[in-house]
Amino acid sequence: MIVFEDVSKFYGEILGVNRVNLQIAPGITSLVGPNGSGKTTLMNLMTGLLKPTQGRITVLGTSPDEPETLFQKLGYCSQFDSFPRGATARGFIEFYLRVHGYTKQETAQMTQAALERVSLAEAADRKVSAFSKGMRQRVRLAQSIAHEPSVLVLDEPLNGLDPMARAEIIRLFRELADAGMYLIISSHILHEVDMMSDSVVLLHNGYVVAEGEVHGVRDEIDEHPIQILIRCDRPQVLAARLFEHEHTVEARIHNDRNGLFVKTRRPDEFYLLLNKVITEQNLQVESVAPVDDDLNAVYQYLITSDGGQIR
Amino acid sequence: MSTTSEIREQTAAVMNEPNVSRKQASSWSLWTRQTLAILRLEIRKNFLSRRALLLYLIAASPLGLLSLFALFRMPTDDAGSFSELSIAYAAIYGGLILRTLVFFGCAWVFMNLFRGEVVDRSLHYYFLAPVRREILVVGKYLSGLIATVLLFSITTIGSMLILYFSIYPSESARFFFEGAGAAQMLAYLGVTILACIGYGAVFLLVGLFFRNPIIPALLLYGWEWLNFLLPPLLKKISVIHYLQSLVPVPMSEGPFAVLVEPTPAWISVPSLLLFTGVVLFLASRHIRRMEISYAGD
Repeated sequence: MIVFEDVSKFYGEILGVNRVNLQIAPGITSLVGPNGSGKTTLMNLMTGLLKPTQGRITVLGTSPDEPETLFQKLGYCSQFDSFPRGATARGFIEFYLRVHGYTKQETAQMTQAALERVSLAEAADRKVSAFSKGMRQRVRLAQSIAHEPSVLVLDEPLNGLDPMARAEIIRLFRELADAGMYLIISSHILHEVDMMSDSVVLLHNGYVVAEGEVHGVRDEIDEHPIQILIRCDRPQVLAARLFEHEHTVEARIHNDRNGLFVKTRRPDEFYLLLNKVITEQNLQVESVAPVDDDLNAVYQYLITSDGGQIR
Repeated sequence: MSTTSEIREQTAAVMNEPNVSRKQASSWSLWTRQTLAILRLEIRKNFLSRRALLLYLIAASPLGLLSLFALFRMPTDDAGSFSELSIAYAAIYGGLILRTLVFFGCAWVFMNLFRGEVVDRSLHYYFLAPVRREILVVGKYLSGLIATVLLFSITTIGSMLILYFSIYPSESARFFFEGAGAAQMLAYLGVTILACIGYGAVFLLVGLFFRNPIIPALLLYGWEWLNFLLPPLLKKISVIHYLQSLVPVPMSEGPFAVLVEPTPAWISVPSLLLFTGVVLFLASRHIRRMEISYAGD
């Protein structure tokens, strides 16, 4: 179990998280909340990058104050999008496996296995600095799973990934969870949380406002359309096609003419349609990301409705 | 993307065979392996990164200046007697190489060992590895030491040879091969190495504690430079006092200097090494409690 006992973290006078009590079981647990709600703080506390102001954390019986033991069983894919200068994907993963203490031969095998898991084997010897945001995300993911941890902590791991890659990575997470791993994933994309999680922890302003199984979130999401921003080369073409979809509530071209805001009540079906349109129209898509304002509205709805235990 | 069965096969292949070595390794062998891994990357960074350019410039500057002096010196210029060369080199070594170039070279390298990674936002990768933070400090410190010792040893030896051989080639050959030259050179080399050891530890610690370590480095520079004016007791709270005690030809410190007996080598060397050990211990303790947020860095 991963256990938080009365954990608080203050940055000076600013609250990070307050009096968190959690017991996290194997499977996929999503930390959900708007920006600034304390998701990353909780993950950084769990991995020892931050020290709690008060309280106690143990990860499978190990304190985060013992990195030499903890990180044999824990991998953390953080949001820090930085790499050593000039590193290739393979070189980057290999180097940190060598720091673990593995031999050269072990390192090479484990690196290759991790790169294959995230579908990066072909680009493994290219410099990370030339990668897209989504590829860099996958390099970090590969690095965090390369040493076969039992606990995987992932801070917004789907950021920057295109819809196809999102689906693949979610499938990988599901497979790892089914194999008995603990996956703690932060996200502010509610429908993805709904798709992949076994349980959710809902955070708001540093407090855990609800926790439990994921099913309760689904109904709430369906009530509220989510807004998605698609950055692409021909937003007009995309808008015309997406309006054919019955669940598209609204489509609005971004002021810079290089993006499209779409509101939909059925994100799953929307993403499938988006994939299809992108392929058919040969669109150059730079990014696909939900827009925060609408999500905040959903969170507000969630945290001001029942509260406490999610159904 | 791999399927579940493929993943399981890959995992089994990796887990069953070789990567048991980490679990089987004794603590010392694991720590050695981890230190060497850190050393490898850090040495590459110290020698090949953009930050290394300034270090090369600092280390090469006396060689360049002395080479220019040798090239453009008129044969009729009065260079003084051969014996005066040792005093001239003592002044160049004490005033320029030791107090300024080695000092700032070490400041640049060692302060960036941790501070540079915070600025580049890459320190968390080390913090997320199953490595004792003490090993991280030792690995990084050794990498800085290798870079600075190598470069400033070349500076020390190279500038001595250029100065001597450009003015009195034949006398210099005898001095280095038959006389006291080689011993003097080794003594200077030893002082350079000790300077890198001592200043290196200090600057590694400074880089951990200060977001902008330039100001403490300049304050330290002032303290070390004004050492000749300090009363005997305060002189001993410095690195330069012990180094100055070890140079083979003492440098004149001017009419205002407060003169004290040099500290004997059997006290100076162990004192410097003990001081380095204490500073590295403090750095290790600090880094065990260090948090990473990168905010404001």
